[in-house]
Amino acid sequence: MGDKLKVTVRRGGPGAQHDQTYAVPAEDNQTVLDVVSWIQQYADPTLSYRFACRVGMCGSCAMTVNGVPRWTCRTHVRKVSERPEIHIAPLRNLPVIKDLVADMDPFFDKWIGAEALHHPSRSREEAIAPIDPQDAARQEADLGIECINCAVCYAACDTVAGNPDYLGPAALQRAWTLLNDAKDGAHDTILDAVSGTGGCHACHSMGSCTQHCPNELDPMRAIAGLKRDTVRRAFRGRR
Amino acid sequence: MDFHLYMAQRLSALVMAPLVLGHIAVMIYAVQGGLTAAEILSRTQGSLLWFLFYGLFVVAVSLHAAIGLRTVAQEWLGLRGVALSALALVTGLGLFALGAQAVWAVTFA
Ligand code: SF4
Ligand code: SF4
Ligand code: FES
Repeated sequence: MGDKLKVTVRRGGPGAQHDQTYAVPAEDNQTVLDVVSWIQQYADPTLSYRFACRVGMCGSCAMTVNGVPRWTCRTHVRKVSERPEIHIAPLRNLPVIKDLVADMDPFFDKWIGAEALHHPSRSREEAIAPIDPQDAARQEADLGIECINCAVCYAACDTVAGNPDYLGPAALQRAWTLLNDAKDGAHDTILDAVSGTGGCHACHSMGSCTQHCPNELDPMRAIAGLKRDTVRRAFRGRR
Repeated sequence: MDFHLYMAQRLSALVMAPLVLGHIAVMIYAVQGGLTAAEILSRTQGSLLWFLFYGLFVVAVSLHAAIGLRTVAQEWLGLRGVALSALALVTGLGLFALGAQAVWAVTFA
Protein backbone atom coordinates (compact mmCIF):
# COMPACT_ATOMS: atom_id res chain seq x y z
CA MET A 1 0.00 0.00 0.00
CA GLY A 2 0.98 3.60 -0.40
CA ASP A 3 2.66 3.07 -3.76
CA LYS A 4 1.93 5.67 -6.39
CA LEU A 5 1.80 5.58 -10.17
CA LYS A 6 3.23 8.50 -12.08
CA VAL A 7 0.56 9.14 -14.69
CA THR A 8 1.08 11.69 -17.43
CA VAL A 9 -2.04 12.70 -19.33
CA ARG A 10 -2.21 14.65 -22.57
CA ARG A 11 -4.66 17.47 -21.85
CA GLY A 12 -6.25 20.24 -23.87
CA GLY A 13 -8.02 20.70 -27.17
CA PRO A 14 -7.11 21.32 -30.81
CA GLY A 15 -3.83 23.19 -31.18
CA ALA A 16 -3.28 23.63 -27.44
CA GLN A 17 -2.24 20.34 -25.90
CA HIS A 18 0.09 19.85 -22.98
CA ASP A 19 1.07 17.04 -20.63
CA GLN A 20 -0.03 17.03 -17.02
CA THR A 21 1.26 14.60 -14.40
CA TYR A 22 -0.68 13.05 -11.53
CA ALA A 23 0.22 10.73 -8.66
CA VAL A 24 -2.36 7.95 -8.59
CA PRO A 25 -2.56 5.25 -5.89
CA ALA A 26 -1.34 1.94 -7.28
CA GLU A 27 -3.57 -1.11 -6.83
CA ASP A 28 -2.88 -4.78 -7.34
CA ASN A 29 -5.54 -5.00 -9.98
CA GLN A 30 -5.98 -1.84 -11.93
CA THR A 31 -6.88 -1.03 -15.50
CA VAL A 32 -5.78 2.07 -17.37
CA LEU A 33 -9.42 3.18 -17.37
CA ASP A 34 -9.46 2.84 -13.56
CA VAL A 35 -6.49 5.17 -13.44
CA VAL A 36 -8.13 7.77 -15.68
CA SER A 37 -11.36 7.53 -13.66
CA TRP A 38 -9.44 7.99 -10.40
CA ILE A 39 -7.88 11.19 -11.73
CA GLN A 40 -11.24 12.51 -12.85
CA GLN A 41 -12.93 11.65 -9.55
CA TYR A 42 -10.23 12.55 -7.03
CA ALA A 43 -7.72 14.88 -8.67
CA ASP A 44 -9.24 16.85 -11.50
CA PRO A 45 -12.95 16.78 -12.34
CA THR A 46 -12.33 18.73 -15.55
CA LEU A 47 -10.58 15.76 -17.20
CA SER A 48 -12.61 14.56 -20.20
CA TYR A 49 -12.58 10.97 -21.42
CA ARG A 50 -15.01 8.41 -22.77
CA PHE A 51 -16.18 5.01 -21.65
CA ALA A 52 -19.42 3.10 -21.25
CA CYS A 53 -19.40 -0.66 -20.73
CA ARG A 54 -16.07 -1.22 -18.94
CA VAL A 55 -16.04 -4.81 -20.21
CA GLY A 56 -14.71 -4.53 -23.75
CA MET A 57 -17.97 -4.40 -25.64
CA CYS A 58 -18.80 -0.81 -26.52
CA GLY A 59 -15.53 0.34 -28.07
CA SER A 60 -15.62 3.83 -26.58
CA CYS A 61 -12.62 3.78 -24.22
CA ALA A 62 -9.70 3.50 -26.64
CA MET A 63 -6.69 5.72 -25.93
CA THR A 64 -2.98 5.81 -26.63
CA VAL A 65 -1.19 4.22 -23.70
CA ASN A 66 2.61 4.53 -23.68
CA GLY A 67 2.44 5.18 -27.40
CA VAL A 68 0.27 2.16 -28.20
CA PRO A 69 -3.46 2.27 -29.04
CA ARG A 70 -5.45 0.13 -26.58
CA TRP A 71 -8.89 -0.46 -25.12
CA THR A 72 -8.26 0.98 -21.69
CA CYS A 73 -11.03 -0.83 -19.80
CA ARG A 74 -9.37 -4.16 -20.45
CA THR A 75 -5.75 -3.10 -20.31
CA HIS A 76 -4.09 -3.68 -16.97
CA VAL A 77 -1.50 -1.16 -15.88
CA ARG A 78 0.98 -3.95 -15.20
CA LYS A 79 0.68 -5.13 -18.76
CA VAL A 80 1.77 -1.84 -20.28
CA SER A 81 4.65 -0.86 -18.05
CA GLU A 82 7.10 -2.50 -15.68
CA ARG A 83 7.84 0.81 -14.06
CA PRO A 84 5.07 2.66 -12.18
CA GLU A 85 4.76 5.20 -14.99
CA ILE A 86 2.23 5.57 -17.77
CA HIS A 87 1.57 8.11 -20.46
CA ILE A 88 -2.02 8.42 -21.68
CA ALA A 89 -3.07 10.37 -24.78
CA PRO A 90 -6.07 10.46 -27.11
CA LEU A 91 -6.16 8.09 -30.09
CA ARG A 92 -3.87 8.96 -33.00
CA ASN A 93 -5.12 9.76 -36.52
CA LEU A 94 -8.28 11.48 -35.25
CA PRO A 95 -8.85 15.13 -34.33
CA VAL A 96 -8.91 15.75 -30.61
CA ILE A 97 -11.99 17.33 -29.04
CA LYS A 98 -10.69 17.71 -25.49
CA ASP A 99 -8.18 15.82 -23.34
CA LEU A 100 -8.60 12.09 -24.04
CA VAL A 101 -11.68 12.45 -26.21
CA ALA A 102 -11.00 12.00 -29.92
CA ASP A 103 -13.47 13.08 -32.57
CA MET A 104 -14.76 9.83 -34.11
CA ASP A 105 -16.60 11.50 -36.99
CA PRO A 106 -13.94 10.89 -39.67
CA PHE A 107 -13.73 7.26 -38.57
CA PHE A 108 -17.46 6.65 -38.99
CA ASP A 109 -17.76 8.82 -42.11
CA LYS A 110 -15.34 6.40 -43.72
CA TRP A 111 -17.59 3.44 -42.88
CA ILE A 112 -20.18 5.15 -45.03
CA GLY A 113 -17.54 5.94 -47.64
CA ALA A 114 -16.63 2.26 -47.86
CA GLU A 115 -20.34 1.34 -48.26
CA ALA A 116 -19.85 -0.58 -45.03
CA LEU A 117 -23.56 -0.47 -44.38
CA HIS A 118 -26.31 -2.97 -44.94
CA HIS A 119 -27.87 -2.96 -48.39
CA PRO A 120 -31.16 -4.84 -48.10
CA SER A 121 -31.87 -7.47 -50.74
CA ARG A 122 -35.45 -8.20 -49.73
CA SER A 123 -38.43 -6.24 -48.46
CA ARG A 124 -40.13 -6.82 -45.13
CA GLU A 125 -42.88 -8.78 -46.90
CA GLU A 126 -40.44 -11.44 -48.04
CA ALA A 127 -39.01 -14.27 -45.95
CA ILE A 128 -35.57 -13.71 -44.44
CA ALA A 129 -32.78 -15.18 -46.57
CA PRO A 130 -31.53 -18.42 -45.01
CA ILE A 131 -27.94 -18.36 -43.79
CA ASP A 132 -25.85 -21.53 -43.89
CA PRO A 133 -23.29 -21.32 -41.08
CA GLN A 134 -21.04 -23.81 -42.90
CA ASP A 135 -20.91 -21.76 -46.07
CA ALA A 136 -17.35 -20.62 -46.85
CA ALA A 137 -18.36 -16.99 -47.45
CA ARG A 138 -20.36 -16.96 -44.21
CA GLN A 139 -17.37 -18.26 -42.28
CA GLU A 140 -15.19 -15.57 -43.83
CA ALA A 141 -17.74 -12.93 -42.77
CA ASP A 142 -17.89 -14.39 -39.27
CA LEU A 143 -14.17 -13.76 -38.83
CA GLY A 144 -14.75 -10.02 -38.96
CA ILE A 145 -18.17 -9.28 -37.51
CA GLU A 146 -17.16 -8.94 -33.87
CA CYS A 147 -15.73 -5.47 -34.47
CA ILE A 148 -16.62 -3.07 -31.63
CA ASN A 149 -15.75 0.12 -33.60
CA CYS A 150 -13.07 1.11 -31.14
CA ALA A 151 -10.77 2.64 -33.81
CA VAL A 152 -7.68 1.07 -32.25
CA CYS A 153 -6.73 -0.34 -35.66
CA TYR A 154 -7.39 3.03 -37.30
CA ALA A 155 -5.05 4.71 -34.82
CA ALA A 156 -2.42 2.00 -35.35
CA CYS A 157 -2.43 2.29 -39.15
CA ASP A 158 0.53 4.22 -40.63
CA THR A 159 -1.25 4.45 -43.97
CA VAL A 160 -4.07 6.42 -42.35
CA ALA A 161 -1.40 8.65 -40.77
CA GLY A 162 0.18 9.35 -44.15
CA ASN A 163 -2.96 9.47 -46.27
CA PRO A 164 -5.99 11.11 -44.66
CA ASP A 165 -8.19 9.85 -47.51
CA TYR A 166 -7.51 6.20 -46.69
CA LEU A 167 -10.70 4.50 -45.49
CA GLY A 168 -8.80 2.49 -42.90
CA PRO A 169 -8.89 -1.08 -41.61
CA ALA A 170 -12.19 -1.12 -39.67
CA ALA A 171 -14.39 0.32 -42.43
CA LEU A 172 -12.79 -1.92 -45.04
CA GLN A 173 -13.20 -4.97 -42.83
CA ARG A 174 -16.91 -4.23 -42.45
CA ALA A 175 -17.19 -3.80 -46.22
CA TRP A 176 -15.58 -7.23 -46.56
CA THR A 177 -17.98 -8.90 -44.11
CA LEU A 178 -20.93 -7.46 -46.04
CA LEU A 179 -19.45 -8.60 -49.33
CA ASN A 180 -19.49 -12.12 -47.88
CA ASP A 181 -23.00 -11.74 -46.46
CA ALA A 182 -25.79 -13.50 -48.35
CA LYS A 183 -28.22 -10.87 -47.05
CA ASP A 184 -26.37 -7.95 -48.57
CA GLY A 185 -27.75 -6.89 -51.93
CA ALA A 186 -25.16 -4.47 -53.33
CA HIS A 187 -21.86 -6.28 -53.75
CA ASP A 188 -20.84 -4.27 -56.81
CA THR A 189 -21.53 -1.03 -54.94
CA ILE A 190 -19.18 -2.18 -52.18
CA LEU A 191 -16.44 -3.18 -54.63
CA ASP A 192 -16.77 0.21 -56.36
CA ALA A 193 -16.55 2.05 -53.04
CA VAL A 194 -13.37 0.26 -51.96
CA SER A 195 -11.69 0.72 -55.37
CA GLY A 196 -11.37 4.51 -55.39
CA THR A 197 -8.71 6.86 -54.03
CA GLY A 198 -8.17 5.86 -50.43
CA GLY A 199 -9.70 2.43 -50.99
CA CYS A 200 -8.35 -1.00 -50.10
CA HIS A 201 -5.54 -0.77 -52.65
CA ALA A 202 -3.83 1.92 -50.56
CA CYS A 203 -3.17 -0.65 -47.80
CA HIS A 204 0.49 -1.67 -47.50
CA SER A 205 -0.31 -4.92 -45.68
CA MET A 206 2.00 -4.10 -42.79
CA GLY A 207 -0.48 -5.50 -40.31
CA SER A 208 -0.46 -2.95 -37.48
CA CYS A 209 -4.27 -3.20 -37.49
CA THR A 210 -4.22 -6.93 -36.95
CA GLN A 211 -1.47 -6.70 -34.37
CA HIS A 212 -3.33 -4.15 -32.23
CA CYS A 213 -7.01 -5.10 -32.61
CA PRO A 214 -8.09 -5.88 -29.04
CA ASN A 215 -10.70 -8.35 -30.28
CA GLU A 216 -8.03 -10.25 -32.18
CA LEU A 217 -9.70 -9.64 -35.51
CA ASP A 218 -7.68 -9.59 -38.71
CA PRO A 219 -8.55 -6.52 -40.82
CA MET A 220 -5.43 -7.06 -42.93
CA ARG A 221 -6.85 -10.40 -44.08
CA ALA A 222 -10.18 -8.74 -44.90
CA ILE A 223 -8.43 -6.05 -46.96
CA ALA A 224 -6.43 -8.68 -48.83
CA GLY A 225 -9.77 -10.31 -49.62
CA LEU A 226 -11.13 -7.04 -50.99
CA LYS A 227 -8.06 -6.59 -53.18
CA ARG A 228 -8.46 -10.12 -54.50
CA ASP A 229 -12.15 -9.69 -55.25
CA THR A 230 -11.68 -6.36 -57.03
CA VAL A 231 -9.02 -7.94 -59.24
CA ARG A 232 -11.21 -10.98 -59.87
CA ARG A 233 -14.08 -8.76 -60.89
CA ALA A 234 -11.86 -6.85 -63.31
CA PHE A 235 -10.78 -10.05 -65.05
CA ARG A 236 -14.22 -11.60 -65.04
CA GLY A 237 -16.15 -8.48 -65.94
CA ARG A 238 -19.11 -7.16 -64.02
CA ARG A 239 -21.96 -9.46 -63.22
CA MET B 1 -4.12 4.63 -54.76
CA ASP B 2 -7.02 3.66 -56.94
CA PHE B 3 -7.65 0.32 -58.55
CA HIS B 4 -6.17 1.14 -61.96
CA LEU B 5 -2.85 2.30 -60.55
CA TYR B 6 -2.78 -0.78 -58.33
CA MET B 7 -3.33 -3.06 -61.32
CA ALA B 8 -0.77 -1.23 -63.47
CA GLN B 9 1.81 -1.58 -60.73
CA ARG B 10 1.12 -5.28 -60.13
CA LEU B 11 1.11 -6.11 -63.83
CA SER B 12 4.33 -4.18 -64.48
CA ALA B 13 5.94 -6.09 -61.60
CA LEU B 14 4.79 -9.32 -63.22
CA VAL B 15 6.43 -8.27 -66.48
CA MET B 16 9.64 -7.15 -64.79
CA ALA B 17 10.29 -10.28 -62.74
CA PRO B 18 11.33 -12.59 -65.63
CA LEU B 19 13.09 -9.71 -67.41
CA VAL B 20 15.27 -9.04 -64.34
CA LEU B 21 16.23 -12.72 -64.20
CA GLY B 22 16.98 -12.74 -67.93
CA HIS B 23 19.04 -9.58 -67.59
CA ILE B 24 21.11 -11.02 -64.74
CA ALA B 25 21.60 -14.33 -66.53
CA VAL B 26 22.90 -12.60 -69.64
CA MET B 27 25.16 -10.37 -67.55
CA ILE B 28 26.76 -13.39 -65.89
CA TYR B 29 27.20 -15.01 -69.27
CA ALA B 30 28.52 -11.81 -70.86
CA VAL B 31 31.26 -11.07 -68.29
CA GLN B 32 32.89 -14.48 -68.79
CA GLY B 33 36.23 -13.71 -70.38
CA GLY B 34 36.07 -9.92 -69.99
CA LEU B 35 33.65 -7.30 -71.10
CA THR B 36 33.99 -4.83 -73.95
CA ALA B 37 31.63 -2.33 -75.48
CA ALA B 38 32.25 -3.88 -78.87
CA GLU B 39 31.23 -7.32 -77.61
CA ILE B 40 27.97 -6.00 -76.14
CA LEU B 41 27.12 -3.98 -79.20
CA SER B 42 27.79 -6.95 -81.45
CA ARG B 43 25.09 -8.79 -79.59
CA THR B 44 22.52 -6.01 -79.41
CA GLN B 45 22.92 -4.01 -82.60
CA GLY B 46 20.18 -4.62 -85.11
CA SER B 47 18.57 -7.20 -82.81
CA LEU B 48 14.80 -6.97 -82.67
CA LEU B 49 14.82 -9.43 -79.77
CA TRP B 50 16.99 -7.24 -77.52
CA PHE B 51 15.07 -4.18 -78.61
CA LEU B 52 11.81 -5.78 -77.47
CA PHE B 53 13.38 -7.26 -74.31
CA TYR B 54 14.78 -4.00 -73.03
CA GLY B 55 12.04 -1.88 -74.58
CA LEU B 56 9.44 -3.77 -72.57
CA PHE B 57 11.68 -3.54 -69.52
CA VAL B 58 11.85 0.25 -69.85
CA VAL B 59 8.09 0.60 -70.19
CA ALA B 60 7.46 -1.61 -67.15
CA VAL B 61 10.07 0.17 -65.02
CA SER B 62 8.72 3.62 -65.92
CA LEU B 63 5.19 2.64 -64.95
CA HIS B 64 6.17 0.76 -61.81
CA ALA B 65 8.55 3.39 -60.44
CA ALA B 66 6.26 6.32 -61.22
CA ILE B 67 3.33 4.75 -59.39
CA GLY B 68 5.51 3.76 -56.44
CA LEU B 69 7.05 7.21 -56.10
CA ARG B 70 3.60 8.73 -56.41
CA THR B 71 2.50 6.82 -53.30
CA VAL B 72 5.64 7.82 -51.40
CA ALA B 73 5.11 11.48 -52.34
CA GLN B 74 1.48 11.25 -51.29
CA GLU B 75 2.12 9.68 -47.89
CA TRP B 76 5.41 11.31 -46.94
CA LEU B 77 5.32 14.70 -48.64
CA GLY B 78 1.58 15.20 -48.48
CA LEU B 79 1.30 15.94 -52.21
CA ARG B 80 -2.23 15.85 -53.60
CA GLY B 81 -4.21 16.48 -56.78
CA VAL B 82 -2.51 18.05 -59.78
CA ALA B 83 0.90 18.28 -58.10
CA LEU B 84 0.81 14.57 -57.35
CA SER B 85 -0.27 13.60 -60.88
CA ALA B 86 2.34 15.93 -62.38
CA LEU B 87 5.11 14.38 -60.30
CA ALA B 88 4.07 10.86 -61.32
CA LEU B 89 3.82 11.85 -64.98
CA VAL B 90 7.20 13.62 -65.05
CA THR B 91 8.86 10.67 -63.29
CA GLY B 92 7.30 8.14 -65.63
CA LEU B 93 8.03 10.06 -68.83
CA GLY B 94 11.53 10.96 -67.64
CA LEU B 95 12.43 7.34 -66.92
CA PHE B 96 10.91 6.29 -70.21
CA ALA B 97 12.88 8.92 -72.15
CA LEU B 98 16.19 7.91 -70.52
CA GLY B 99 15.54 4.21 -70.96
CA ALA B 100 14.21 4.43 -74.49
CA GLN B 101 17.20 6.50 -75.56
CA ALA B 102 19.59 3.88 -74.17
CA VAL B 103 17.73 0.97 -75.77
CA TRP B 104 17.65 2.74 -79.11
CA ALA B 105 21.36 3.56 -78.84
CA VAL B 106 22.43 -0.07 -78.43
CA THR B 107 20.05 -1.59 -80.97
CA PHE B 108 19.07 0.44 -84.02
CA ALA B 109 20.90 3.76 -83.71
S1 SF4 C 1 -2.40 -3.75 -42.99
FE1 SF4 C 1 -3.30 -2.04 -44.16
S2 SF4 C 1 -5.00 -1.32 -42.90
FE2 SF4 C 1 -3.73 -2.62 -41.58
S3 SF4 C 1 -2.36 -1.18 -40.54
FE3 SF4 C 1 -1.30 -1.87 -42.41
S4 SF4 C 1 -1.83 -0.38 -44.03
FE4 SF4 C 1 -3.25 -0.09 -42.31
S1 SF4 D 1 -11.25 -4.10 -36.15
FE1 SF4 D 1 -10.61 -4.39 -34.02
S2 SF4 D 1 -9.36 -2.58 -33.56
FE2 SF4 D 1 -10.51 -2.11 -35.41
S3 SF4 D 1 -12.33 -1.02 -34.71
FE3 SF4 D 1 -12.87 -3.21 -34.89
S4 SF4 D 1 -12.49 -4.08 -32.86
FE4 SF4 D 1 -11.47 -2.09 -32.91
S1 FES E 1 -15.55 0.93 -21.94
FE1 FES E 1 -16.59 -0.27 -23.43
S2 FES E 1 -14.94 -1.21 -24.51
FE2 FES E 1 -13.92 -0.18 -22.90
